[in-house]
Amino acid sequence: MVTHDSGAAHHHEPPSGFIWKYIFSKDHKIIGIQYLLLALFSVFLGMALSLLMRLHLAWPALKFPFIAGGAMTGEQYLALLTMHGTIMVFMVLTTAPQSGFGNYILPIQIGAADMAFPTLNMLSFWTTFLSLVVMVAAFFVPEGSPIGGWTAYPPLSALGQIAGPGQGTGQTLWVVGLAIFCAASLMGALNFITTVIDLRTRGMSLLRMPLTVWAWFITAILGLLAFGVLLAACILLLLDRTAGTSFFIPGGLVVTDQIINHKGGSPLLWQHLFWFFGHPEVYIAILPGMGVASHLLSTFSRKPVFGYRAMVYAICGIGFLGFCVWGHHMFVSGMSPYSAFAFSVLTMSIGVPSAIKTFNWLGTLWHGKIQFTTAMLFALGFVSLFVSGGLSGLFLAQPSIDLFFHDTYFVVAHFHLIMGVAAIFGIFGALFFWFPKMFGRHLSEPLGKIHFWFSFVGVYAIFMPMHWLGMVGAPRRYAEMSSNAFLAPLMPIHRFISIAAVITIAAQFLFLFNFLWSLWKGKKADQNPWNATTLEWSIPSPPPFDNFAGEEPVVYRGPYEFSPPDIAEDFLPQHVAPQRVARGK
Amino acid sequence: MPWTTVFDDVEIIQDRGKGRGNEPPAGGDDDGDAHRRPASPPERRYYTGLMLGLVAILMFFMALTSAYIVRKGFGDDWQQVPLPPVLWVNTGILLASSLTIELARRRLAASDPSGFRTLWLVTTGLGILFLAGQLAAWRQLVAAGAYLASNPASSFFYTLTAAHGIHLLGGILALVFVAARHFDRAKVSRGLAAEVASIYWHFMDGLWLFLIALLYLGR
Amino acid sequence: MLRQHARKGSTAVALILSLLITLLVAITVYLFVAKTWWFPISITAFGNEVDNQFHRTLIITGIVFALSQLALAYAIFKFRDRGQRARYVEGHSMMEVVWTLATLVMFVGLGIMAKNAWAEVHFRGAAPGAMKVEVVGQQFQWSFRYPGPDGAFGRYKTVEQAEAQRKRGDQSASPWQLDPADPVGKDDIVLGPGSEMAIPVNREVEVYLRSQDVTHSFFVRELRLKQDTVPGMTIRVHFSATEIGTYEIPCAELCGLGHYRMRTNLKVMSQPDFDKWLAEQAAANAQ
Repeated sequence: MVTHDSGAAHHHEPPSGFIWKYIFSKDHKIIGIQYLLLALFSVFLGMALSLLMRLHLAWPALKFPFIAGGAMTGEQYLALLTMHGTIMVFMVLTTAPQSGFGNYILPIQIGAADMAFPTLNMLSFWTTFLSLVVMVAAFFVPEGSPIGGWTAYPPLSALGQIAGPGQGTGQTLWVVGLAIFCAASLMGALNFITTVIDLRTRGMSLLRMPLTVWAWFITAILGLLAFGVLLAACILLLLDRTAGTSFFIPGGLVVTDQIINHKGGSPLLWQHLFWFFGHPEVYIAILPGMGVASHLLSTFSRKPVFGYRAMVYAICGIGFLGFCVWGHHMFVSGMSPYSAFAFSVLTMSIGVPSAIKTFNWLGTLWHGKIQFTTAMLFALGFVSLFVSGGLSGLFLAQPSIDLFFHDTYFVVAHFHLIMGVAAIFGIFGALFFWFPKMFGRHLSEPLGKIHFWFSFVGVYAIFMPMHWLGMVGAPRRYAEMSSNAFLAPLMPIHRFISIAAVITIAAQFLFLFNFLWSLWKGKKADQNPWNATTLEWSIPSPPPFDNFAGEEPVVYRGPYEFSPPDIAEDFLPQHVAPQRVARGK
Repeated sequence: MPWTTVFDDVEIIQDRGKGRGNEPPAGGDDDGDAHRRPASPPERRYYTGLMLGLVAILMFFMALTSAYIVRKGFGDDWQQVPLPPVLWVNTGILLASSLTIELARRRLAASDPSGFRTLWLVTTGLGILFLAGQLAAWRQLVAAGAYLASNPASSFFYTLTAAHGIHLLGGILALVFVAARHFDRAKVSRGLAAEVASIYWHFMDGLWLFLIALLYLGR
Repeated sequence: MLRQHARKGSTAVALILSLLITLLVAITVYLFVAKTWWFPISITAFGNEVDNQFHRTLIITGIVFALSQLALAYAIFKFRDRGQRARYVEGHSMMEVVWTLATLVMFVGLGIMAKNAWAEVHFRGAAPGAMKVEVVGQQFQWSFRYPGPDGAFGRYKTVEQAEAQRKRGDQSASPWQLDPADPVGKDDIVLGPGSEMAIPVNREVEVYLRSQDVTHSFFVRELRLKQDTVPGMTIRVHFSATEIGTYEIPCAELCGLGHYRMRTNLKVMSQPDFDKWLAEQAAANAQ
């Protein structure tokens, strides 16, 4: 390895001592892994909560050994539901694809030695960790965790204990935890954007950035603009809960026969603030997955991304439109019907960049040479799930149809497919793809494939039937399906879903085993095992502390030069100088 | 291994032959090369980061502002709180601090470290004075019987001034940091740090003008 | 080594994945065409309009769904690694333009077509002379109020009044009780928590939705109507039911631990039956 001073590039020495190297590390790679481990813990926790919910829904009389009295009560179900949603959305879908993989891979893919602000990076991880601790603490307070759902609509979330068990201390911890998470995400977003703007290496023009980098970049911009709004909303809600203000609580309320001493607040105000954040949040969860899918489809089809520029514009278009459509969550909330209609048309138009992405993915596969690695399987699964989950959005975007479907299982099916499991498939694809780079070893391919088959069939078996529950009008967030006559005939579907969920969740332990086993026993990985083209594959696996050993790599071409016509190999990395390429077959 | 490639001589993609690698990248069928390269100077990230931070702060305050406007139009319980007169004094103090911080930076540019230090500390002092003035304004409101939960106007008054005050406190810490830090071995120069801090300071100043206009006009 | 492995297994993997996706399309299309699980009947003109719009959307999304999933399945099998060299194609501007415009026209057009159904309930006010019913949600129960012969709702007590009464020892006083001082309220017919709602058939009804505590949602599947009851707001919706029968009203917005059991019925009656029912309620109310 040659190391010589090249002016701008800083050569960093790795810190010594376990704590500074692995705990309070400022190295983006360690921080990325920390984020991923946090998300791994959270996803298994969130999944366990959903398992309990599914068991209770299908077999309401089932007794659980850890519940006093045995069977689950309505408030316990809602506590599980609230924490499942919150943990999955914030601690998994926001954390793993963006903060986890983004942190690890983005600086390397643009040829930087680290993120722009390494100390801030460390701070944002530990702030996220703190927020997780605060939220999980809600499980351990006497009245239990909050029951207001992940959207925490006031007045239910603002009135305190009187509105229901868990709405006291539990809900306060939830709000505080979320506010801390906002701060952490803002720090992270600022760091990501600065890194992309200022730390790209020589030759890495904007339109030579891998689509993963584009996705992380736009996601960070969404986060920067959205999380401040949620932070403001959380502060106002906290004041309503603890300081007696009335931002969200109107007057004249009577709860369990007590007259509430608040007046004049607007519950809709929270909904507007929350969804102004909440809708971009959906894209924060899914955009990185779209970037990863584009990247993997190209790599394993051995073809350039079809319509690279259109893909970039589509990412930007989705990011922009994502801020104009929050009202479609509120068609039945009592807002102006005229603005509802405007929101509807804007929402329908978000289908356009989404469709562009889908068609370009298909175009990327066409006339390719598809290699079915596990990573590729998850990317293909992502495309299928994205189509299935996205199209149901066209129903929900129309207010007249949403009058029926709003808050039914149709919505549950829609968002779980598109922002839940599609994003998770993106994460799995990314992990199988980059694991060799991150840990120098491969995940087991056979185990990974078994895991994929169970997951792919499993998530469809879980979430497709929910559309039909929604067709019948089954409301979501119901702890039991026994009280309404029209829900009783749907029990067989619920049981089918629950059985599918048990099997799918069981299969996730295959993955957990694969992950842990491969860390120590996996097949050793080369520098560039997939014959890929971007910069992370130009350095050893795992990369040295400062990535490029103090050097500044030079980029000569776009990120997806697969199977170019005039060379023998089927890939041409970004960093290989033209004069090094042996032209002619 | 079936993995041999035509590029297998490239272990790490740095240019070993120093000459050629420093040329602008060859080829490229897209834009960007002309404007970009050589890589941006490392200091630029501090400006970029600051600007992005300001955008985030702006979004936070815009959210509070829209809440203010919506809430004002929604309930029938809005009773305007009289703005304590000390606020106008505070506004003057903050404007003056923006002036002194600029003067301080001129001293620094003119290689007059002691003049810089004096003016910089004056700015810091004015900032602290402003916060003290804000506390005085709160006490005047409390004396007038307007508490945080009294009515929405007072709720917003306390919330907005507190949020601004906390951000300004961050600015004061930055000023102290710039004054106290030894920049001999740091990655950034004092001039850069002073500039970044002063941009933030001016932003806090402008934000305050916006907020007091909102509170005044929103009556 | 890895590549060898990948290629050897690639036909089987490609085949299985293609078949699974094809199977997904087949089952999904079958279940939507067979209408195994479907909407309940629609009992409003608006509901029929919604169902038509749903069908239009279903046809368009169904075609897009089937074509893109099948194209994916086809590509997966057809272009599996058989040792060929991938074709170097970077894109096709014309195709991008075509599918961008096509989806734009299709999706936005669909959104605009939905306007009629939406306008029916929300842009247009209730017909004059519509029958008014007030619906009040509170944690886990619904109450109803009919305005009586004068067609107008009486005033409720103010919060101050209710609090003063409570101070005097009447702990049941609430700002959700009629103010006895208001003559308009004398003939109001109040059906307390846990009651059922009734309306006459083929008569325009305007519902005033309110909530005592947290946000609930008034949902009648057969009306194709759902509207949150937001505390602090009175939200009006109107409809005219065309079929006599009993329809369920489940709460459709998370309102607390008993959300799942917050329900009642909407009874659509013939006009004579309704008049009789209302007279009975008025008599009960007067006691």
